[in-house]
Order: sequence, then structure tokens, then C-alpha cells
Amino acid sequence: MAKNPWAAPRPSLRFIHVWRRNLLVWRKLAIPSMLGNLADPLLYMFGLGYGLGRMLEDVGGMSYIAFLAAGVVCSSTMMSASFEAMYSAFSRMHMQKTWDAILNAPLTLDDVLFGELAWAASKSFLSGSAVLIVAAVLGLIPSPWALAVIPLIFLTGLAFAGLGLIMTALSPSYDFFMYYFTLCVTPMMLLCGVFFPLAELPQPAQWLAQLLPLTHAVALARPLVNGELPPSWLIHIAVLAAYAGMSAYIALALTRRRLLQ
Amino acid sequence: MNSRINAPLAASGLRKSYGGNEVVCGVDLALRPGECFGLLGPNGAGKTTTLRLCLGLTDPDAGHIEALGHAVPAAARVARQRIGVVPQFDNLDPDFTIRENLRVFGRYFDIADSVLEARIPGLLEFAGLTSRADTRIQTLSGGMKRRLTLARALINDPELLFLDEPTTGLDPQARHVIWERLRNLLKQGKTLLLTTHFMEEAERLCSRVAIMDHGRIIAEGEPQSLITQHVEPHVVEVYGETAPQWADDFGRSRSERCEGTGETMFCYVHDPAPLVGDLDGRGGLRYLHRRANLEDVFLKLTGRDLRD
Ligand SMILES: Nc1ncnc2c1ncn2[C@@H]1O[C@H](COP(=O)(O)OP(=O)(O)OP(=O)(O)O)[C@@H](O)[C@H]1O
Ligand SMILES: [Mg+2]
Repeated sequence: MAKNPWAAPRPSLRFIHVWRRNLLVWRKLAIPSMLGNLADPLLYMFGLGYGLGRMLEDVGGMSYIAFLAAGVVCSSTMMSASFEAMYSAFSRMHMQKTWDAILNAPLTLDDVLFGELAWAASKSFLSGSAVLIVAAVLGLIPSPWALAVIPLIFLTGLAFAGLGLIMTALSPSYDFFMYYFTLCVTPMMLLCGVFFPLAELPQPAQWLAQLLPLTHAVALARPLVNGELPPSWLIHIAVLAAYAGMSAYIALALTRRRLLQ
Repeated sequence: MNSRINAPLAASGLRKSYGGNEVVCGVDLALRPGECFGLLGPNGAGKTTTLRLCLGLTDPDAGHIEALGHAVPAAARVARQRIGVVPQFDNLDPDFTIRENLRVFGRYFDIADSVLEARIPGLLEFAGLTSRADTRIQTLSGGMKRRLTLARALINDPELLFLDEPTTGLDPQARHVIWERLRNLLKQGKTLLLTTHFMEEAERLCSRVAIMDHGRIIAEGEPQSLITQHVEPHVVEVYGETAPQWADDFGRSRSERCEGTGETMFCYVHDPAPLVGDLDGRGGLRYLHRRANLEDVFLKLTGRDLRD
């Protein structure tokens, strides 16, 4: 008679309390946390952008650093969502037993998971937006269309938050997350058009890249900052939305299986 | 059946298995309003699992549960709105101060911030933590954490409290403070469901207890009547290398029941005079004569063997 973990999600608005709890913790360390989150992407942008950029005429019709900016917005969103949904959420679930405490109140695991999902997406949204703002300040963002990247950042964050929470639901310890980083995150950094155009890859790698969410985020973000809407925009959004929806559902089912038996 | 209608918590025929191993095997519970009900049992008896079932945190394989008039697990969320929980292991939020712990937990119940701010000073007082309200919880002693956990469980002014081993790991001072707080809550008319390994705690606080072993309730009633029902009124404990020898030579034949663990013998009798007289005359063996208590009932019913 035990409930089917794959039953439809039934979250309530109380997920907001979980989100707000995490926000409250984050606020205590907001500035160091934001700076920490910015350091990595900016190092990539300046190190590679200026260093490598000197050797390259232009890439895809723009300076290399401008090319890089849109990619790094997406990759830093991915990184931030993944870290939050894995290391931080795992601490709350497994080490600190924060979720157990919340479940003694009138919240369900569905609420907790949706709260975590929304939070990881929000946090990555801040990281991605911060990179976008820095790039705009540096004059690397020529078009106001770049504003359309802002919701895209959130959607991208949601997709990677869901994937991260799947890992969290399966993970016996922090070490487990290294596999995901080595086998998924790092390859995506290299294969999805962050550092160089997808077209430079051999054909099979390009096909593979089409299956990865980061590819679609970059494929949308880069034209947008240059004021163009790519013809395949709907496909990119659909793929990201499918990743977000499916990963949230799978993460919820696996977490229910882990904690509600 | 009638007593169940007003029961703050009523469960019948509860069953729960983990991987083919049944850990709750047909448990019935019916709490009376305003009482402290003790659930006693050795490690692994199924106490925490029973509480988790009653809170709707895991689904039973069979059985019915009603908490504060709401079917569990179906309406567990509504029931938990009026229930307070002190879990077996502290899960205070280490990212927050004492005050923030109370505030954030209160928000989970959809309680307005203004109501919370009015309620928190009283709870800090109750926990004896007013002067430390703005310190992080890492700096608290075990007793302080337990008191804060209890205060946190009261943030929604619950009618029914689940207390899973509230005093395990605390020193006697801290334990007495918790007991005093729990009596206070009983005076306010709250109903308590308490699990514990301390028989003394159960005898002091509980109007009724159930002894649970291997997932079953094997005895239930008022502590005093369980004692008269299950064990002889006097116990003579005899200590020393030669205690088992003494039991074989003398003690066993003069006791209704005589049990030993290592170099200690426990003799259960209605009339302790012959045993005490013999021990006094003989000298050389240390002994203690006392009245039988709930622990004697517990050990008789669940045995003296280790459980883990
Ligand atoms: N999620 C679970 N998965 C598998 N087995 C479990 C799970 N939870 C509890 N058990 C098993 O169920 C049995 C009863 O556990 P429970 O925690 O209810 O006992 P308890 O009476 O609370 O014990 P203690 O006094 O040690 O807290 C134990 O054998 C335990 O190992
Ligand atoms: Mg337990």
C-alpha cells in the first residue's frame, strides 16, 4: 500500500517557505557568496577572452571576448545551480537534517523539493545575471535584446537544478557529485559552444551536443545579446523546458523513494 | 470504541515492513485528551517508526490512523498544523540563531510574523534561552538544544505533542528541567505521546504506558497497575563475585523469581525479610532492597538480552 513514488507531484504554495529559508541563510553571506560566484566566470572571461582573444581575429562575427560572454553567462548559471542543488541541498537533506525538521511541520516532501528547486534556480539566476551585468558594463552586450536572456537564465537554472537534485537523491555522500561534474558538467562546458562555436566539433559530437541542455541555452543566449532571435528559438526553449520538467519529476520521485519509505 | 471518538490520536492495526522485515506488527493506540502516554521499548522496538506513521511521514502497509480528527496520511498536513514534534535526533537549523530557528520554523506553519514575534519571547523564556536568543546554535549544550527543540515544537501552540526520547543523552539536571516543562504542558491541557528508555521518566510523567517489543505492544496500562500486575512488589539486588553462588545456595529457593546478569542477582519477592535477614547475617555481600518499579516490568517482559 506504500505510496507510489512516481505519483504526480502535489506541491503546495508552502514551498515558498523553504525557498525563503534558504534566502535568509544566503542573505547572511550574500556579498562574499556573490563575489565567489563571479570570480570563476570572470576569470574565464578575462583570462581566455583577452589572452586567447588577442590571437583570434573574430569568432562568429564578434570579438572573442564578446563571443565568450554569452557562453559564460550560461555556464556560470549551470555551475551555480548544480552546486546549490547538489552540495548545499545534500547538506540540508543528509547532514543537517533540515528537511526532516521541515517535514514535521505541515509541509510535504513535494513542497521541500519544489522549494529547493526554486531556490537553486533563483541562486543561479543571480549568478548568471551578475555575469551578464558585468559583460554589459564592459560594453560586450551590444543589444537591449539581451534583456530576453534574463528569463532564459532562470529556465536554464531550473533545468540544472532539477538535474542536480536527481544526483542528490541518488548520492550516498559528497564524493558522488564528482562523477557528475567529471562526466556531465565538464564535458558540457567543452561541447556546448561556451568556448568555441559548435561547428568546430566533428559531426557526431555536434549531434551529441544537441542532446545537452547547455547547448540550447548558449544557442539562444548568444544571438540574443547581439540582438537576433535565432529561427530555432522555440526548439531551444522546448528542450530546456523539457529538461526542467522531466528532471524535476524524476528528482521528486527518487527523493520520495529515498526519504518516505 | 467510544474512547476513540475524542482521542487526540487513535491508531489501529498499524503495520509497516522494511524490505520484508516487519518492524511494526499490528499496533493499536488510543490517547486520551490531556494525558501523557508513554511508548516504551528497547532499541529497534519500532517506537520511532510508529511515531513516523502517526505523523504521516511514511505510509503504513495496513491500519488506520486518525490524529486530531484527521485521517493520516491522507490529511496528515492538516493534522500536523496542530501537532508539535520533538524528534529523536536534534535537527535544529545550524545556519540560524536561536531566535531565527523559532521564527523560520513558525513560518512553515503559515503563522504571521506579527504573531510569531509575539510568541517567541515566551518560548525563549520557556526554554531558558532568553539571554542567548541571538547566538548561533552551535554554541549550545545538549540540554539547551533539547530545550530549544521543545520550544520549537510549541511554536504552533499544538494540542498534541510527539516527544521521541526527549531526554536521552542529557545529564540529570537537564532531564529534570525537561520533565518540569513537560508537566507544565500537561497542566495547559496538551496531550503528550512520549517515547523513552527511562522507566523512571515514564513513571513520573505518564498516566499510561505501552511497552513495545519487536513491533508489538506487549503490555499497556497505568504504570502502577502494570507493576502490581506483572512483578512481585519487592526486589533485592545482590552484588558480588559470590552472588550467583549465594542465589543457588539460598536466594533462589526463597524468591518467587531470581534472575542474574554477571555478578548481580535480582530476587523478586512479596516478603523480603528472609532474604535481607540472611544477607545481613552472612555479611560480605552488598545488596539493595527496593520496591519494584516499571523497569522490572520492562525487563521481565522484554528480557535482559542486548538488542543491537
Ligand atoms: N527507513 C528504514 N529502512 C529500513 N529499516 C528501518 C528504517 N527505519 C527503521 N528501520 C528498522 O526498523 C526497526 C525499528 O526502528 P525504530 O527506529 O522504529 O526503533 P525504535 O524503537 O525507535 O528504536 P530506538 O530506541 O533505537 O530509537 C529497526 O530494526 C530499524 O533498523
Ligand atoms: Mg527511535
